[in-house]
Amino acid sequence: MTAQTPLLAEHEALGATLTDFAGWQMPLRYTSDIAEHTAVREAAGLFDLSHMGEIAVIGPGAARALDHALVGNLTALAVGRARYSMLCQEDGAVIDDVVVYRLAPERFVVVANASNAAVVLAELAQRAQGFDAHVVDMSADTALVAVQGPRSLEIVSAVAPGQHRVLDELPYYASATVRVLGHDMLVSRTGYTGEDGFELYVPNPLAARLWRALLEAGTPLGLVPAGLAARDSLRLEAGMPLYGHELDRTTTPFEAGLGRVVRFDKTDDDGAPLDFVGRAALEARKGAQPARVLVGLQGLGRRAARAGYPVVNGTHEGAVVVGSVTSGAPSPTLGHPIALAYVTPEVSAVGTELGVDVRGRAEPVRVVPFPFYRRPQG
Amino acid sequence: MATFPANLRYTAEHEWVDDSVPTTIGITDTATEALGDIVYLELPSVGTEVEAGAVIGEVESTKSVSELFSPVSGTVVEVNQAAIDDPSVVNADPYGEGWLMKVQVSAEGELLDAAAYEALAAG
Repeated sequence: MTAQTPLLAEHEALGATLTDFAGWQMPLRYTSDIAEHTAVREAAGLFDLSHMGEIAVIGPGAARALDHALVGNLTALAVGRARYSMLCQEDGAVIDDVVVYRLAPERFVVVANASNAAVVLAELAQRAQGFDAHVVDMSADTALVAVQGPRSLEIVSAVAPGQHRVLDELPYYASATVRVLGHDMLVSRTGYTGEDGFELYVPNPLAARLWRALLEAGTPLGLVPAGLAARDSLRLEAGMPLYGHELDRTTTPFEAGLGRVVRFDKTDDDGAPLDFVGRAALEARKGAQPARVLVGLQGLGRRAARAGYPVVNGTHEGAVVVGSVTSGAPSPTLGHPIALAYVTPEVSAVGTELGVDVRGRAEPVRVVPFPFYRRPQG
Repeated sequence: MATFPANLRYTAEHEWVDDSVPTTIGITDTATEALGDIVYLELPSVGTEVEAGAVIGEVESTKSVSELFSPVSGTVVEVNQAAIDDPSVVNADPYGEGWLMKVQVSAEGELLDAAAYEALAAG
């Protein structure tokens, strides 16, 4: 079973190399991974993210249902804002990381990873029971197009006449209904690249028109279509977790360094601590040193650590395994290999010299802070 | 689109050899297209004795890494330093400027003609 984005014909016409991703046929690259990556850092990239799952939670009890279902405090989320959150199991492990939009007091949209969209839908539907809210899967009708990079504002404004000011004033992690190509669309200032950018939620029948309009408006400004390969290297430089790599059902938010998303302080209407799925398990771990922690690694040689490679406590003979790489690649922006890895706490301090077993030969690496890359503030 | 020059012979692991002496070895554009942008080449040094079918190096791209198998047995007599310094030449011109090394051949491995390799690459 392969699902198809409504933009598949556009990708084929652009000569994209397609890949299977979470059951979807998606563009891996159009021309060159590095050129697409660099375009996003220096100008802009156009991404098809239609494989993501969009799930609406609607009703007077929607905020409370999400407070119960997710680790974050969604009652406190203002209308027009978005928040990064997680859906956890009872044992505190992560089922998916999501972005939640509040479009109206009683209307939310949860955006889930493609690989988890079905399970997030099922979990939300089950966890919303008993609350005055219903859960609606919009994924099959919704395409998602992202414009990312320093020229994004100019490019999106070009297809949204009269909306430049609304777009310009939209804060990071906020959304608005914006008139684009004569249609009202949900537009958010969000992304997964470490750059400024916008994500446009568009009904399937309009997707190709929007894609072409953005390409036409953006090409003179340096915009190129960018595939999943560039998306992965961009998010890794920006130190953003990818489900299935840094996060999975054996990992809690604390190990991933994302404990801040878990809101033990959320309360019910009477001010009593609010129970949520995973609370007891997560509270028991709160403040405790996890058995492993996520760190950034800078490669000191040229061979890159890749997901799954063992981290060892040096490059000497007899070095012992102290962790495992979750994501790694040669960084196009920085010019050296970078990686994220889970390691034991004793070797997690910034500056620690370690090794990674790269296909039988230990390559020297150093623990560094991440994000590896931060965009210049201007 | 992938090309399959008729004057070359190929391995199932996507290397090519020409008929010069010593023979020139590279990787095919089917390989470079699958790898994406190549950023690092690890090649054997001059004088290394290589064996047909054995792993003799690595070709690393931003997205993945692939082992390099020797198509022939023999002695490495030259490596393409320009390609080591700037591996993007392998993407740009895999059958020309992006050659990898030259080997004085003592024995050939299993080599395919262009039609057989094209059939395999298409499969």
